[in-house]
Amino acid sequence: MFQEKRPERLIDLNGLRLDGRKLDQLRQIKLEVGILDKANGSAYVEQGRNRILVAVYGPREAHPKHMALADRAVVRCRYHMAPFSTEERKSPAPSRREMELSKVMREALEPAILSKNYPRTTIDIFVEVLQSDGGSRCAAITGASLALADAGIPMKSLVSACAVGKIGGQIALDLSDLEDKYGEADMPVALMPSFNAITLVQMDGSLTLDEFAKGLDIAVESCKQIHEMQKTALKEKYLSIKEEVEEKEESEEAGK
Amino acid sequence: MTLHVEKKQLVAPGEIVAEGGYFAGDNVYKENDKIFASRLGLVEVDGNRVLVVPIKGCYIPYLDDPVIGRIVDVGMSGWSVDINAPYPALLPASETFGHRQPFPKADLTKIFEVGDLVLAKVIAFDRTRDPLITVKGPGLGKATSGRVVEISPTKIPRLIGRKGSMISLLKKETGCEIMVGQNGIVLVSGRSPEGERVAVSAIYMIEREAHTRGLTDRIQEMMRKELGGREFVSGKAS
Repeated sequence: MFQEKRPERLIDLNGLRLDGRKLDQLRQIKLEVGILDKANGSAYVEQGRNRILVAVYGPREAHPKHMALADRAVVRCRYHMAPFSTEERKSPAPSRREMELSKVMREALEPAILSKNYPRTTIDIFVEVLQSDGGSRCAAITGASLALADAGIPMKSLVSACAVGKIGGQIALDLSDLEDKYGEADMPVALMPSFNAITLVQMDGSLTLDEFAKGLDIAVESCKQIHEMQKTALKEKYLSIKEEVEEKEESEEAGK
Repeated sequence: MTLHVEKKQLVAPGEIVAEGGYFAGDNVYKENDKIFASRLGLVEVDGNRVLVVPIKGCYIPYLDDPVIGRIVDVGMSGWSVDINAPYPALLPASETFGHRQPFPKADLTKIFEVGDLVLAKVIAFDRTRDPLITVKGPGLGKATSGRVVEISPTKIPRLIGRKGSMISLLKKETGCEIMVGQNGIVLVSGRSPEGERVAVSAIYMIEREAHTRGLTDRIQEMMRKELGGREFVSGKAS
């Protein structure tokens, strides 16, 4: 069987990481919106080797009925990793970790959703990780907020997320799977960039107070960077239709 | 009073739209004198009120809205109707013509069966209770023929157009009878299948290009091209 090798060092002599990135560099991010026809809203996220699909249904009638709240919509979230998403087969049954991430994601997104607009309904978020690399919860939050916006659900702000960590004694941005495993700390952060409001901070491993403060600053800055990408991804679909038809019109007019 | 965006600009949730002095209309919210968009859509300014016209979203019933729904259940004294909203609608038996309560259940299925499509109107809704609809009224009742088109409910105002300009254009060009439900369900029935086909593709085109300029002209051009110069007068090809 394939055996993962522990890397000798996470940062090489030139100060570059295993995948050639600088310490404060994000992985390649690709965001797409509205790719599932049946869902009310959907998004696809690639961040490094992460491949994540998010579908949002709702607001819709609450089932089971007793779950419904009289004054707001219930937000439900399911984070799930496909059996083929990891090197070793992952049992498709929800694990302890997936249940935790489902809860954590819901709590990161809930403050942004204006759920009071739709009492007695539910909003369902389904996250399917097709291929996992480190930081999948952050990529999933980024994607889920896009899918929610795509579904036309009223929100205070989009939510952007990104992780920082400590590898080889230094603070690094957006850890990959290996860096997460063999590094000293990992800290996912989710942010509502319009208000500079943090909706999620977790930490795994240990950081000093100074490192924590520095890491948080870097994470917040990167979330804002991701936020710009989210806005572009969200509008791209509609702007391209607009451009396509209006350009056609102009060229026809010029031809007349 | 400053406006941070242009009119008709596409905004994402959380984007700042205006500051100071403006009133918040639909799909925006005010915080610390700043107005932010809460949904993806186009900004409109009406005097000193700013609002966002959403691009996608679900249907929320509103008083007097015409809707098209499907019967999902027959109860003792009425029907439960799916009107494409987060809330199931109730059609009480007393809101149909020519019947008095109480009814035996067998009688109700003679009027509407599960699966029937009904043209109806919202008579009461306040979010704390499920919407009530009626089929009493001109043009309301069971839909028996035609093609059902489902589009996003947020695009319905565009399909109707200012003072009904778009929908009357569609009716005129294709010779079809078109019933528009505010809940995003549209019923197209014409005497010629060709007219129906063109009307349906025009509706889908409006849904796709609702946020663009000069749409009415493009729709007219497309329909004329598709129909190849044939004129339809009240459903008859001449």
